[in-house]
Amino acid sequence: MRWMSILLGVSVAGIIGFFAVRELLIDPMYFFELFLGGLTRGSIYALIALGYTMVYGIIQLINFAHGEIYMIGAMTALIVASVLGLWGWNTVVIAILAIVFAIVYSCAYGFTVEKIAYKPLRNAPRLSALISAIGMSLFLQNYVMLAQTPEYLPFKSLIPDFKFWEPFAHIITSVELTIIITTVIVMILLGLLIKFTRIGKAMRATAQDKIMSSLLGINVNNVISATFVVGSATAAIGGVLIACHVGQINFFIGFLAGLKAFIAAVLGGIGSIPGAVLGSLVLGISESYFTGYFFSEYEDVFAFTILVIILIFRPSGILGRHDAQKV
Amino acid sequence: MVFKNQIKQSLIIAFWFMVLTFPIMVIKVNTIKHTIDFRWINLLGVGIVTFFASMVWNYFLRRNEEQKKKDIADDIPLIHRLLQNDRFRRPFLGLIAAFFIAYPFVFPMYHTSIMISALVYVMLGLGLNIVVGLAGLLDLGYVAFYAVGAYAYALLNLHFGLSFWMVLPMSALLGTLFGVLLGYPVLRLRGDYLAIVTLGFGEIIRIVLENWDTFSNGPRGIGDIPPPTFFGHHFGQHDTMIYIYFIVIALVLMTIFFVNRLENSKIGRAWIALRDDEVACQAMGIDKFKTKLTAFALGATWAAMGGVVFAAKTSYINPMSFTIWESITILCVVVIGGMGSAIGVIAGALVLILLPEYLRAVAEYRMLVFGALQVIVMVFKPDGLIKSVRKVYTFNVQEKEIHEQTHT
Repeated sequence: MRWMSILLGVSVAGIIGFFAVRELLIDPMYFFELFLGGLTRGSIYALIALGYTMVYGIIQLINFAHGEIYMIGAMTALIVASVLGLWGWNTVVIAILAIVFAIVYSCAYGFTVEKIAYKPLRNAPRLSALISAIGMSLFLQNYVMLAQTPEYLPFKSLIPDFKFWEPFAHIITSVELTIIITTVIVMILLGLLIKFTRIGKAMRATAQDKIMSSLLGINVNNVISATFVVGSATAAIGGVLIACHVGQINFFIGFLAGLKAFIAAVLGGIGSIPGAVLGSLVLGISESYFTGYFFSEYEDVFAFTILVIILIFRPSGILGRHDAQKV
Repeated sequence: MVFKNQIKQSLIIAFWFMVLTFPIMVIKVNTIKHTIDFRWINLLGVGIVTFFASMVWNYFLRRNEEQKKKDIADDIPLIHRLLQNDRFRRPFLGLIAAFFIAYPFVFPMYHTSIMISALVYVMLGLGLNIVVGLAGLLDLGYVAFYAVGAYAYALLNLHFGLSFWMVLPMSALLGTLFGVLLGYPVLRLRGDYLAIVTLGFGEIIRIVLENWDTFSNGPRGIGDIPPPTFFGHHFGQHDTMIYIYFIVIALVLMTIFFVNRLENSKIGRAWIALRDDEVACQAMGIDKFKTKLTAFALGATWAAMGGVVFAAKTSYINPMSFTIWESITILCVVVIGGMGSAIGVIAGALVLILLPEYLRAVAEYRMLVFGALQVIVMVFKPDGLIKSVRKVYTFNVQEKEIHEQTHT
């Protein structure tokens, strides 16, 4: 059995490798472009997936409303940017203020959603919390739709085309470059936060054992709130960046993006932060190649197929801890 | 003093929400005309509504806490007590039966049609209840099997002219087959991994139906699906609706009967044991994989039958009827109704499907209200509206003997 799966894995990798090398030799430029496109896509997934994986790591809940937090981030940025734009402010100031407002508001929403819909359900059956999350997601979508508009809104990119980047702009636009660089910076900051700060240590402790960490003087409720706030902040950054990239948003963008990011988080092993990043990049890059070389209408099928295949061979994701069940 | 504190707290919450909703509720930017509307009145509305809502919310939260402290002993829901009491049982069931028999003749066709969809959801809910409520497997792709049933009827009828009554048992078998096929690779996964993979399968089936034009006619869907006939007799439009209504009633009764029997059978108890403690259950000699697979396949069977009825009723199907929201709605039926409890699932389906239909009067706000209700029900009744009651076996004979022994 073990030999068979190794053999299967090697042969699949061989076939994929063969085609990859062939395509690379035929048209290296296209191959490289697809890679960068995938990297951009994966970066966005990673920014959203972080929120999922952190929340899951701490309270074992699929936070269905996370996609909506991301949407609200993009929406707030759009509103702030257009208001300030009409008042004739400087573009750089607008960009900074829009991003700051998006992050602050997303954090506030994440915090509030947790207090309303998840905190009372801390000791309830897990499925009840899941339904509550779904209800929250539905509520937030419709709230934005009713208060704003069901139409797509054009989103003027907050990121200017950099002058110094012009010679390379045909390979990768400055927006895409910004997305990749921002993601890297956010990842590093988050890594430092988790690894070295007090709250980061408290988060890791809470994820491991809630009761024990509360015995050691950690306020578990505060840690959970902090987790939601941090997750929402990265989602807001993702929201603003993708809105700049795509150029339009509406109230429903959170759903599919959230779903994809969740798949990425599961792919990498849910609960693990490096896993979420790796899963997102794997998903983004392979999706990009798939749509580039095969059929684009089956893009979502492909995402799910990858997920199913990886989970069958590695049931707890690529980097997931395989915890033995205790009796 | 306590009251004063509460008002203060609610004021703070109201203020928080006013700040929170400010950009989205108050500012509306018209990107085409380049004008901004400031809707200050909304801000006032949000403030007032959240102030009172937080008062009520906190009051009920506190009351819930106090009740939990008072009686830890499990309270049996009213409806279960009614059903257990022989004096109420018969008149109660009789009343319900009379209501459902009279329903299509008393109310106009529109209401019958809505009731049929609600009853189809009762079937789907009871089917999913086997998977989620009894066996504890979170399945987010249940709609895939529903789609299998609906497309089986549509396609078999289109190509081979098979009738409703021939397809119904065939689709049940097909559903089981699909359940086994999909369940086989994924049932090794635990908890949420299973949820996301089943979700994936649900979406895969929908997207394939949407894109494989030659097989399923793509997003255009399949039309002119004939309604069921009664031994070759065709009814008029109105009578067909009533006829389908009674077919669904019969199917629902059959489902209730089966599920009830299953629940207290050997396999049903194995499911519940597996849900409660997998390791202990395996230690008792229950084949984990086989038991899970049966639950998955049986759940799929009912979904496929529900799909056939759905196709026959609407006479037109397309992939848009089988999105992930459909799976989520069915899951909500099960969880809000009360997991593992058949009566709860029936109540859940009737509430969840009928409510949005009758809320159409306030059509714009219905999904908003629906989402809020889901949160509220779960926060205040995390076990669902009517929670399940395990069958209690009493050792009457022994007690009697002991009783006699002690007295002699």
